[in-house]
Amino acid sequence: MSEHQRETDAVSGVETTGHEWDGIRELDNPLPRWWLWVFWACVLFSIGYWVAMPAWPGISGYTQGLLGKSDRQEVAQALADLKTQRGINGAKLRDATLQQIESDPALQAYALSVGQSAFGDNCATCHGPGGAGAKGYPNLRDDVWLWGGNLEDIATTLRHGIRSGDPAARVSQMPAFGRDGMLDARQVSDVTEYVVALSGRPADRAAVGRATQLYADQCSSCHGPAGKGDQAVGAPDLTDAEWLYGSDRAAISGQIHNGRGGVMPAWGQRFDPETIKAIAVYIHANSGQ
Amino acid sequence: MSVWKHHGKLERHSLLLIIGIVLVVSVGGLVEIAPLFWLQSTVEKVEGVRPYTPLELAGRDIYIREGCYTCHSQMVRPLRDEVERYGHYSLAAESMYDHPFQWGSKRTGPDLARVGGKYSDAWHRDHLVDPRSVVPESVMPPYAFLANKELSVRDIREKMQAMTALGVPYTQAALDNAVTDLEAQADPFSTDAVALRKRYGAKVVNRDFDGDPDRITEMDALIAYLQMLGTLVDFRTYEAAAPANQR
Repeated sequence: MSEHQRETDAVSGVETTGHEWDGIRELDNPLPRWWLWVFWACVLFSIGYWVAMPAWPGISGYTQGLLGKSDRQEVAQALADLKTQRGINGAKLRDATLQQIESDPALQAYALSVGQSAFGDNCATCHGPGGAGAKGYPNLRDDVWLWGGNLEDIATTLRHGIRSGDPAARVSQMPAFGRDGMLDARQVSDVTEYVVALSGRPADRAAVGRATQLYADQCSSCHGPAGKGDQAVGAPDLTDAEWLYGSDRAAISGQIHNGRGGVMPAWGQRFDPETIKAIAVYIHANSGQ
Repeated sequence: MSVWKHHGKLERHSLLLIIGIVLVVSVGGLVEIAPLFWLQSTVEKVEGVRPYTPLELAGRDIYIREGCYTCHSQMVRPLRDEVERYGHYSLAAESMYDHPFQWGSKRTGPDLARVGGKYSDAWHRDHLVDPRSVVPESVMPPYAFLANKELSVRDIREKMQAMTALGVPYTQAALDNAVTDLEAQADPFSTDAVALRKRYGAKVVNRDFDGDPDRITEMDALIAYLQMLGTLVDFRTYEAAAPANQR
């Protein structure tokens, strides 16, 4: 470039670079001073950063930096701090039994707040924000329970789930009477009438009569002779007004035909024991029990 | 100013200039990208991580096809609130067989890195068919058509072969039995499930994911994929505090 003539531009009084393209010449204004300062400050900062923080890769590892920054250590520390923050109540929740939690108003209040937030984030997705349930997802606010509604029952269901694949899960399977050919279409319809009659609604008497023996043979071992259900096998009470999959004849006969059983995941691995207890107390407190 | 004189040569010779540009630009790649292929902390092996089963791989392709990644990330970052909400932070090894990975940076919906096992198959079905039937405030679009669309298994072997070319260690037996394995996983009563578990691990569950026992739909594949996300590593035995795992 030095072979070009550097000269001073007459109009601006600034030296040119000496480059010339078709008669157009380029002014050689210096970089703004502030820009240069920022530039050199950034260079200095980056050198400091390389020394202080994990930065340069090598063959078998990378430079760790003098500050010993570790995201994973930081999150472990943050979680430990959280435990400390939860303090005495967190420890009490860990050590107390479910009954003790419920009988200590301060601890119960704490458990309810923990339980509410965990419920909202994990359980409400199926059981609804307030636990009111939906078709196929049981209502947790009433006093009707498939697998038992005392504190221990609820905590067990939470830990191991229902038909979840967990070794200790609550498991039962209603046969698909229609689909698997155990009952023909007529018999399914008769048993449907019988179930409608059990819940105290008007039903076809002749059909109920025909289904009495069928019910005794096929259904009563789980749902009980009087249709009161059995919480040991998660068999619902057929005499009340609560229906998981719907109360009309189509829904009932569909259930007899297909024998659906809902799945609840096991939460024992996902939550720590304190959270399981807190959710159990929360559900129990909001139920009709 | 003799350096600048040489620079003049570069500027006047296009081939030299190209070579110079390539050299300078590759410094960034060599320093920032290349080491990721050999640093222990980025290529760690973790117990439990396995390649996707054919059904899960098909489900993953549907996940990508439908653009699920535009609203859902698959990476729990090592931050307190994320670990509290989603579970253990993600490990690099957990996406080692993902081509391409699904980490994402956009969360319109929740992170899905640990969604496996969190909900039932029936919930996933209900939710994909009509998200607002189970989550009233959801803005997710419905994907009901997946339940009516039979899964194409024609090219599953080729898909797995493509993955093999990218470094996923499918065995010859896994490739040969791709369709059998796929069908076995969607059938709760399949006798081939034993072989499937032998190839992909004891934790693989064969069941009817979409509640339609008569056929294998895209819904089956997608739910099978969602239900295994984040479940491969057993964090009861993973030593998060070990010095080798600190970074």
